[in-house]
Amino acid sequence: MKKLFTAVVLLGASAQARGQVSYKEMADALHAVMESDRTVYTRIVVNRLQNEEKVIKASEHFKDDKALPLPAQMFRFGSEMVAEKKMGLSYSLLSIWPINKQNAPKTAAEKEGLEAVAKDPSKPFYKEETLGRVKYYTAVYADRAVSPACVTCHNEHKDTPKKDFKLGQTMGGVVIRIPMK
Amino acid sequence: MGAASHAALWPARSLLLPGRTTHGHHQIELACESCHGSPFGGREALQESCVRCHGAELKAANDTHPLSKFTDPRNADRLEKLDATLCVNCHVEHRPRMTGAMGVSLPRDFCFHCHADIAKDRPSHEGMAFTTCNGAGCHKFHDNRALYEDFLAKHLSDPPLKEKRVLPSRRSVEEKPVSVPDQPSSSAIARDWLETTHARAGVNCSGCHGKSDPKASCRECHAPETTGFLSGKHGMRIAAGLSPMQPSMARRAMRPEAAHRTLGCTSCHAAHRFDTASAAAEACVGCHRGPHIDAQEKSAHRAAGVACATCHLPRVEWRDEDAGTKRILVQHNQNETLEPAEKMIRPVCLHCHGLGFSIDALAGRRVGSIDMVRRRILNQERSSQ
Repeated sequence: MKKLFTAVVLLGASAQARGQVSYKEMADALHAVMESDRTVYTRIVVNRLQNEEKVIKASEHFKDDKALPLPAQMFRFGSEMVAEKKMGLSYSLLSIWPINKQNAPKTAAEKEGLEAVAKDPSKPFYKEETLGRVKYYTAVYADRAVSPACVTCHNEHKDTPKKDFKLGQTMGGVVIRIPMK
Repeated sequence: MGAASHAALWPARSLLLPGRTTHGHHQIELACESCHGSPFGGREALQESCVRCHGAELKAANDTHPLSKFTDPRNADRLEKLDATLCVNCHVEHRPRMTGAMGVSLPRDFCFHCHADIAKDRPSHEGMAFTTCNGAGCHKFHDNRALYEDFLAKHLSDPPLKEKRVLPSRRSVEEKPVSVPDQPSSSAIARDWLETTHARAGVNCSGCHGKSDPKASCRECHAPETTGFLSGKHGMRIAAGLSPMQPSMARRAMRPEAAHRTLGCTSCHAAHRFDTASAAAEACVGCHRGPHIDAQEKSAHRAAGVACATCHLPRVEWRDEDAGTKRILVQHNQNETLEPAEKMIRPVCLHCHGLGFSIDALAGRRVGSIDMVRRRILNQERSSQ
């Protein structure tokens, strides 16, 4: 975690001045990176090549179908790689309307947070929660439909509980957990 | 362990064994360090060993239950019931009385802890007993590459036997033929060598002989095949620093006349000839025996030209993640397609057979299997129309 703190410190002048970052600042910085990467992949890779140019599809079974991984999978694979680094940090993509039911909110903070960001996507939700005897700083950020690919895929998926998503709408949330000292 | 750290004294370690190991590890059970790392390595060291030997295969199998699922804090409550953060929590060794198929040492209701309410999402699963999850051949804990829903649906109408039956082709070598041995050799050896791919590819005597470590000769050009060999039952003793495997050490019944043969590359690929057709069948039956082999000799598979290795050491797509390349080669780790049997479906059975037929055939006498899956999927499709 120390490395992570140092890296985040370098991100902002105000943080640099203080020489340390708060859990909130750290979560916000991590999310800024995640959201940007996620948007870039969804728009510039998946939506452009699948929906606009129609040269390759994105598929959940991308290996079998020789296709692009879905944006949600790209996000999850990164999260799994971070988990393997055993830093304590974890993050996931959840939704009140999940295609995979394992991605429905589970803890009280997740439920409260996802409801909150669905109502007001501009305001992230922050809460401290204890899971498995470890105290976490949990931050929830709105995850919006940033391209037509998000909307069409989710609305048409056979397992979706919601079929009327629109571009720009909140479809779920990014949940970041930082273990507290 | 300290007193018995010298390899020559390892047989004495059998006195320290706390119990019989599974068939997967019995060959290396006296090389305690292979799994335990050091005498006081603890569970973390054990985990490192598990991952060292089994990690790559799990990753390639798109492990349905990767570590990250269990280290995710949102699943902390589930960990109290099923803690799969360490392999040994589910696959404990040296406890034969509580260890079942696949080395699983948990009670059989482990799926139930997290998936008890599956019928809410999948009404077709209403009332199904926990023993059916993997007992019917529908789901596996780790490797579901041949069993995921969309794959089943896609192959529902596969015929039992496909019209077009082809095995993947191996890469042909770059032709750089040599015809004169560069070291003294008998005419028989020279003739054998001349007929091989080695001679066609320009690999002369000195390509293998005259190296500081002769055992490394094969690996130099056949690294993935060697890795596979060292990972499976034929080579795992060498990998653990023990003497090579001999049929007399096997728990399975082997041919008595082969009892003291030692296993290395040339025990199946006779040196100089390196006849792959012979290595794919004759070499196997030179040591192995039993009803399966007797049946194979009279089977439709045999009549169709299917050799032992076609199924047990198949040609697979091998990816080198670091180099970013892929090619077809022979998987020399026989366990990659052996247990659980469903691992064989995609790299082997589907070259010739349909998915339903393959699952049924491998499920054997298990109740249900693909017929049940097919019925349920068709029912779901009808009800959603």
